[in-house]
Amino acid sequence: MKSSVIIFPGSNCDRDMDVALKKFGFKNKMVWHNDQSIPKSDLIVLPGGFSYGDYLRCGSIASKSKIIKSVIDFANSGGLVLGICNGFQILTETGLLPGILQHNKYLNFICKNVFIKVKNKNNKYFKNIKKEILELHIAHNEGNFFCNEKELKILEDNNQIAVTYCDSDGLENDENNPNGTIKNIAGIFNKSKNVLGMMPHPERMIDKYLSGEDGSLFFENLLGNLK
Amino acid sequence: MKIKVIVTLKNGVLDPQGKAIQQTLNGMSFSNVEEVRQGKFFEINVDENNETKAKAQVEEMCKKLLANLVIEDYKII
Repeated sequence: MKSSVIIFPGSNCDRDMDVALKKFGFKNKMVWHNDQSIPKSDLIVLPGGFSYGDYLRCGSIASKSKIIKSVIDFANSGGLVLGICNGFQILTETGLLPGILQHNKYLNFICKNVFIKVKNKNNKYFKNIKKEILELHIAHNEGNFFCNEKELKILEDNNQIAVTYCDSDGLENDENNPNGTIKNIAGIFNKSKNVLGMMPHPERMIDKYLSGEDGSLFFENLLGNLK
Repeated sequence: MKIKVIVTLKNGVLDPQGKAIQQTLNGMSFSNVEEVRQGKFFEINVDENNETKAKAQVEEMCKKLLANLVIEDYKII
């Protein structure tokens, strides 16, 4: 399986993502934002970081960069596009995903492990995944997902909510909501479920000695679903 | 021609920064400050002498980049 990770000025999780994808068997290529085209891929990843210094709004400048047209075309033709953290912010700014990621409710940069609950397994990302509740890492200042009520209803009606923040038993409430995001949303799909944006970083959870292995589950499962 | 744009959060959208500023002002003895909403201000110099045309262009810029219409409104002044 082939993957491509797009690098923007200010991306900083691109190499972690490269390591993770290769560890689980993807043939990964790094693609610079100023390139015109993306090599043939089964998966495109927009990594975390601070593209363009988060100027204007997080992800807004990256969403107009040269390479983005190819990403949008790829997504619109059914290709898998995964945006992690800043990648999620970029996806909302391109319009591939609805809503926007706002400042965390209490204006603090949050860097910690969280539990997330898989809400929809009927897609390439989570089909067959062995656990319902994953422990992953978050590190963001703007992860407070917001959309209007009409859009929220569409998200719910189409099962577009991918993952939500919860505790280790799967309980979703305000206490387990790190950043004020509506409905504890940590990640969403587009309508056809080929585009996934989420704040938690699976690429930081791929080593049982350093972190935990729930990220490994995510990547192994994704690769298995693509074969 | 210089066109000015103000981008503000829509009513009802949570503005944690505005809230923090309001609380700080309250703590500084400006106790009658009831609400602060923070926004962005742009000065855009366009090489165009026709004001209507320039403003129409800036409107496009607002819709496509300067404001995110999910949470923000813009005003061209």
